[in-house]
Amino acid sequence: MSEKIVKELDRVVIKFSGDSGDGMQLTGMQFSDTSALIGNDIATFPDYPAEIRAPQGTVGGVSGFQLHFGHMEVYTPGDYADVLVAMNPAALKANMKWVKSGGTIIVDIDTFTPKNLKKAGCMDDPLKDKKFGDFHIIEAPISSLTLETLKDSGLDKKSILRSKNMFALGIVYYLFHRPLDYTEKFFEKKFAKVPEIVEANKKVLRAGYNFADTIEALPSYRVEPAKIEKGTYRNISGNIATAWGLLAAAEKANLQLFIGSYPITPATDILQELAARKDLGVKSFQAEDEIAGICTAIGASFSGSMAVTTTSGPGLALKSEAIGLAVITELPLVIVDVQRGGPSTGLPTKTEQSDLLQALYGRNGESPLPVIAASSPSDCFNYAFEASRIALEHMTPVILLTDGYIANGSEPWRIPSMKDMPEIHPPIAKPNDENYQPYKRDAENLVRQWAIAGTEGLEHTIGGLEKMDVTGTVSYVPENHEIMTNLREGKVEKIANDIPDLQIIGDEDADVCMIGWGGTYGHLVSTMKSLQEEGKKVALVHFNYIRPLPKNTEEVLAKFKKRIVCELNLGQFVKYLRMSLPQFEYEQYNKVQGLPFTVSELKEAVLKVMEEK
Amino acid sequence: MIETKPLYKPQDFKSDQEIRWCAGCGDIAIINAVQKAMAEMDIKKENYAVISGIGCSSRFPYYMSTYGFHSIHGRAGAIASGAKTANRKLSVWQITGDGDALAIGGNHFIHEVRRNVDLNVILFNNQIYGLTKGQYSPTSKFGQVTKTSPYGTVEQPFHPGELVIGAQGKFFARGVDANVKLNIEIFKEAENHRGTSVVEVLQNCVIFNHGAYAYLTDREHKEDRQIILRHGEKMIFGKEKNKGLVLDGFKLKVVTIGQDGYTEDDILVHDAHEKDPSLHLALINMRYPDFPVALGVIRAVSEHTYDERVEAQIEEVKANAKIKSVDELLHSGNTWEVK
Repeated sequence: MSEKIVKELDRVVIKFSGDSGDGMQLTGMQFSDTSALIGNDIATFPDYPAEIRAPQGTVGGVSGFQLHFGHMEVYTPGDYADVLVAMNPAALKANMKWVKSGGTIIVDIDTFTPKNLKKAGCMDDPLKDKKFGDFHIIEAPISSLTLETLKDSGLDKKSILRSKNMFALGIVYYLFHRPLDYTEKFFEKKFAKVPEIVEANKKVLRAGYNFADTIEALPSYRVEPAKIEKGTYRNISGNIATAWGLLAAAEKANLQLFIGSYPITPATDILQELAARKDLGVKSFQAEDEIAGICTAIGASFSGSMAVTTTSGPGLALKSEAIGLAVITELPLVIVDVQRGGPSTGLPTKTEQSDLLQALYGRNGESPLPVIAASSPSDCFNYAFEASRIALEHMTPVILLTDGYIANGSEPWRIPSMKDMPEIHPPIAKPNDENYQPYKRDAENLVRQWAIAGTEGLEHTIGGLEKMDVTGTVSYVPENHEIMTNLREGKVEKIANDIPDLQIIGDEDADVCMIGWGGTYGHLVSTMKSLQEEGKKVALVHFNYIRPLPKNTEEVLAKFKKRIVCELNLGQFVKYLRMSLPQFEYEQYNKVQGLPFTVSELKEAVLKVMEEK
Repeated sequence: MIETKPLYKPQDFKSDQEIRWCAGCGDIAIINAVQKAMAEMDIKKENYAVISGIGCSSRFPYYMSTYGFHSIHGRAGAIASGAKTANRKLSVWQITGDGDALAIGGNHFIHEVRRNVDLNVILFNNQIYGLTKGQYSPTSKFGQVTKTSPYGTVEQPFHPGELVIGAQGKFFARGVDANVKLNIEIFKEAENHRGTSVVEVLQNCVIFNHGAYAYLTDREHKEDRQIILRHGEKMIFGKEKNKGLVLDGFKLKVVTIGQDGYTEDDILVHDAHEKDPSLHLALINMRYPDFPVALGVIRAVSEHTYDERVEAQIEEVKANAKIKSVDELLHSGNTWEVK
């Protein structure tokens, strides 16, 4: 055995990239699951084209899966990769600017043919360019060695090449001292009925591993397990966490869960997961359009279910009128908006935070509703639960904002126990209650009762016309309309009494605080920690409750001299803060590239604010 | 057998709200028929949910003392589908008009029919927009002069029955607003039928399209210009009860019994339960003056409903499920312990 250099690292970022048909998502998931099992903290981010089969070999067709793991806490999938796997020239071209100086690039050298280079739009072979950069390049003949490995398998060439991603995974497993058994078992289970496919994948995986072992002077890395809280863990993506949070709420409220939705990227996984949860009694209704999706949910809420509709920006626009109906009828409803780049169809598979103002104000009339946002993939569970709790206990539609980045990203999650989750008590009216009136309200929180259709003795009609205070009959009386408008507004504002206080993360005595909301939490907290490691004092104030704002928001923001609001839009939350708390001045940092922040750009932005007088 | 007393009287279904439809509006006769039909059925009042969209007819729920939902334009079908699928004990009645169901709500209409959710849909067809005061609708006659077609429309109208058949509908009936007795009969059959029961009621708008159906309903001619179809009965009509329908090749033909060698035996017997919709479609498409207009239950074919299948699938999956609670779900698949 030759002597190997083993580098000890705290954190590593790997990016697998190839054609959208190359199996990069599966490869990345295998590596992250294996690493999670041996105790690393992890964050992942899949990045794929909107087209199912984008033109092969072109930069537009590149699909990537980035993961960040470490023996320290990991909050983001990382800015720059330590290791890049590029299955073809297009993948290399699309990703090489995201590789750290000194990083390792593994390429399938067999694909670097003049034809493929042309398809990728490379004038010359970048590997032969002297100015290419300071990288450690492993030119692995992945395609040809995969073909060689399986030449006796009886499989045709096309089928054989489908497993070349396993060769690449084998190499990366070797580099990071990862065991192969988790992936082997995965194939045994997934293809239990086709043993030859199981064997082929295992063989290629091992061939890749052995190939790496035989190359001389290959650096290899060791990442020790992270110190993480005791408990049972699993990997979870934001969309699945959202679906499960909704299920948890329905169980705690003792209600049937009904989802009325229409498929839309990047929210479809939630509908798919809930459609599969018939074992837990979910009624899922795939409607003919976005409007019917929310309307079936409103109907289900009227007849007593915990009702949900899921969508993304364009779908939220279509649902606007029906959301208004839920506002005026004061029925519980959860609307999940997994934000993507807009306007219009925009960037369906890319992330953005640009639906905030639509969520807050995108309806006709005075149409207030609570808006909340989740911070990370696993946090989607908590806020899906919270959105449901608020909707049910406060008799209102609630918009939950997640985004493509946390919806598709995944991270290890310490599994909570249902007995630790709070009970949910919707104000369901009792049969034959003589004092029942459809719009009579609780004096404290202004919430009306929920008289579910089918309840004896409480028959009444609700609808989209303005209604008389208390009785709920149709009313065109001018003064009454103002009273009802104020009641609906007041009801939403009262929810501030039922949500936790805003927390300051980091240095309470700092001059500068970073402000963020929703899915940018990981990047913001990493930025804050990185600045602290450099001896700077800085705080982070991160919002999950947007409407209403937590009651102590003013008090928290007053503690700092400078506030920089960081968002993946042109400044929607900062506008809202300027309107809600105009006594403060706000700096802003915005990005609209369909991509998450990078920690380095955030650091630069915060340092600039720190240095300004 | 125990005689069960009717649970309710028609007035038990009237709300305390004053009816604001125009005097003489066909809607008033229709709501009376619905309330009478409900009083004759063995369903508890709290289990009725009357769900409407927007338009004159959609004010209907306010005048009912059942659960009601006056929703948004065109969407009643989707709201009703959700309400019924989520809570199957409800008897859900969707109230809609030609604009609400066939223009803005056309997509929801065809899909609820296709899914066969167990709903009763009463489609008030007055061939005009009433609430917005007199614009043409998707069922207005070709060339009809209205406020938005001052030189006459240049588009062909929808015929609701054709749409229902095209969307694989299992139940279609047609009534006329003033024929309360027939409407009661139809509404009860619609309720007893499991699936989406579409009842088109030809309804007179006294203000903006008065007399649209006068050719069909005037006392003098109605018996010669209407045929009331009942399952198992001969397709006979006319003042003298001497006219009938026969098949001539693939087409319907009106004949007079006792003329040209036709006897009563030659007259078709109505089979509403026939799965093949061909003859039902021909009956639906009969138009004056060549044919009498068909009223009554034209098609009523038994088929599993959407809501029933949703529930059956859940029961089946639950029976064999490994996951029975959220806790079990959270721990399913790959997990690991950190000690």
